[in-house]
Amino acid sequence: MAAAKFDTPNMREYPSIPALQPDATAHLKSYLAAPDHNTFLGFPGELVENWQEKAIEKMGDLLGKYRGFRVYMDACVKCGSCTDKCHYFQGTSDPKNMPVARQDLLRSVYRRHFTFAGKYIPWLVGARDLTREVLDEWYSYFHQCSQCRRCSVFCPYGIDTAEVSMAAREIMDSIGYGQKYCNEILGKVQKIGNNLGLPGPALEATLEEFAEEISDETGCDVKIPLDVEGADVLLITPSADFFAEPHIDGLMGYAKVFHAAGISWTLSTYASEAANFSMFIGSYSNMKKVAERIRKAAIDLKVKRIIVGECGHAWRVAYSFWNTLTGVGSGADDPYALQLQKQLDHSYPIPQHICEFTWDLIQQDKLTFDKSQNDHRTVTFHDSCNVARATRMGTEPGGQFDIPRNVIKAVCNNYVDMDPDTIREVTYCCGGGGGLLTDDLMELRVKGALPRMEALKRVIDEDKVNAMAAICAICKAQFSKIMPYYGIPMDTIVSLHQLVKDAIILPGQGEEEAEPAAEASE
Amino acid sequence: MSFLTVLYALLFYTATALFIVGLAYKIRQYATTPAPLKIPTTPAPTTTSGVVLRMAREVVLFESLFKGTKWTWLFGWMFHVSLALVILRHFRYFQEPVWGIITFIQPFGMYAGFFMVLGLLGLWARRIFVERIRYISGPSDHLMLALLVGIGASGLMMKFVKHTDIVSVKAFFLGLMRFDLQPLPADAPLLVHLGLVAALLIIFPFSKLLHAPGVFFSPSRNQVDNPRERRHLAPWAAELDK
Repeated sequence: MAAAKFDTPNMREYPSIPALQPDATAHLKSYLAAPDHNTFLGFPGELVENWQEKAIEKMGDLLGKYRGFRVYMDACVKCGSCTDKCHYFQGTSDPKNMPVARQDLLRSVYRRHFTFAGKYIPWLVGARDLTREVLDEWYSYFHQCSQCRRCSVFCPYGIDTAEVSMAAREIMDSIGYGQKYCNEILGKVQKIGNNLGLPGPALEATLEEFAEEISDETGCDVKIPLDVEGADVLLITPSADFFAEPHIDGLMGYAKVFHAAGISWTLSTYASEAANFSMFIGSYSNMKKVAERIRKAAIDLKVKRIIVGECGHAWRVAYSFWNTLTGVGSGADDPYALQLQKQLDHSYPIPQHICEFTWDLIQQDKLTFDKSQNDHRTVTFHDSCNVARATRMGTEPGGQFDIPRNVIKAVCNNYVDMDPDTIREVTYCCGGGGGLLTDDLMELRVKGALPRMEALKRVIDEDKVNAMAAICAICKAQFSKIMPYYGIPMDTIVSLHQLVKDAIILPGQGEEEAEPAAEASE
Repeated sequence: MSFLTVLYALLFYTATALFIVGLAYKIRQYATTPAPLKIPTTPAPTTTSGVVLRMAREVVLFESLFKGTKWTWLFGWMFHVSLALVILRHFRYFQEPVWGIITFIQPFGMYAGFFMVLGLLGLWARRIFVERIRYISGPSDHLMLALLVGIGASGLMMKFVKHTDIVSVKAFFLGLMRFDLQPLPADAPLLVHLGLVAALLIIFPFSKLLHAPGVFFSPSRNQVDNPRERRHLAPWAAELDK
């Protein structure tokens, strides 16, 4: 990587609001998408000739299609409540990373073209023409927002910078100015079935290897089934679960839970990806196409239930959007959806989160654990932003906070929470979400992780925490990469179902051998 | 009829018309723009009555702002509640006989004027002295505060320093409502006060004051968290299903 050198921020003894350093991260610019990445998604390959005109036209189109965007452009009173809430602002001190300032990059152009005051007295209301400089500023700073929605919690009107940044990216895509990381991956998932571009045979071999590992360790014949028609459950999980650490241990955890509960399940080659990066770029049509792969897999494999693995934005897309996009849920009436409704078992939530699934089994007393297997750990939990602020688990608001913690406490003896100002509803993003988990934004990722690293460091020092569980593929990948910058061992980040995996006792396990394998798999 | 009376009558007719038409246009625009996806900021209520309660807490107590910054909440809430009392107090100039509740509010409304200006000055101080807020404040943000402080200060002047002929003022407004012009007293504080109020009415639908209707249409606050149980589909999105 040719990325410029940068300093890891110092941890602050007391979280304080940094003094502004204008343009501190103006130099950050993630790679532009190549023409073929763009055209495959239905966008122009390169910046079109009349891009200004087209961008304004697209903005008008979005203002008519999204009430949120429309209201958010008008309603901000510049009260400043959001200004110190963004992890990227805290880590970089760049004032344009204050949520309101980030929104204003777009709002200034909105005002110029769509409001009376902006048209006739632009200087008064901070209205700007869309120049090349403004476009480049958009590109830089709308790729410094992880769409975590923390700012929207504190906004008196609920203005959600995530929506604004999605709109900005959609406008940029529509004029051929898309980002490589997101757009390249969106091509892979639609051509091959997952973000990695891992083809079916390779996936099959990988899964067999994992299944063998579990079987060797437990003496039980545990399978990780692929493309099994007629299985009860279709598991849709992020493809990172197939190759990255600590994600793999989470996948093995799911496999053990399914095995222990005696529920037949399968993965799908065609839909071997829970992630749907279309959300990050605000593309409804691409989001629908990627989600339709899951509906097709569910229908083809004739499953009764759909369960989603540990992935933050994927759970948002699944929980909040699948029903709207493709009728996975209740209430749709097109022929495909009706077929699916008939096939699915409505006594379970559709879709169901893997944590809801495991917690449900624990409550029914269907799983056996040896909690002491996790005694070498003191665990804390990182609420992933999309799960925390854009979804729910269970039937009660806030279930998305309690259910994962309940599962952890059911399999671990030592659990502590981090500072209440950094968890649950007001949790901090890992620093790599929203389509920013790319090496060309390493500086931003390291700096944006500051608030979470500070909170984690405190429980490491005070409570001897040595494991932070997460339920998001991006969080896990981001933390294992950036923790060393802060002097925290990279294996501190664990999958939630890795803790389940280490404690669960499978039926019949240990009956042949006198002593089950006790060491943790690391 | 004096030139001044005619001028202010026209001013108020114009301002009221622009306020009503402009606001109705924006509210219609918000109401007819679809919200294609479920995006409530969670944890969110799972029922409609829960959403009504959430919105009520937001509008009456400024719940989210309270979570965000206590000082801004304190000044902002003080300003808005005082303004509400002051506006209610002013109902007496537009009705005959005066409602009991308005008479009851009168003493509170009078002193609320001070708290209103105090709240505004607090908010203004933050705009000037807090670096982050100064950075995000534009000329229009300062002018808006100046306008509101001007309205408050000129009103307090009349109430506590240099009384105006309030009986005539009331006659003027009752006359306006019946299209029967009555003379307006030519007192400087009164003319400033009324001029600024008319300006506020005119600016309302073209400015950030749209936060008032806007908050009710904010999908992150007004949506029910039930996407798995109920399908949510916008008309333009339904087209894509075909």
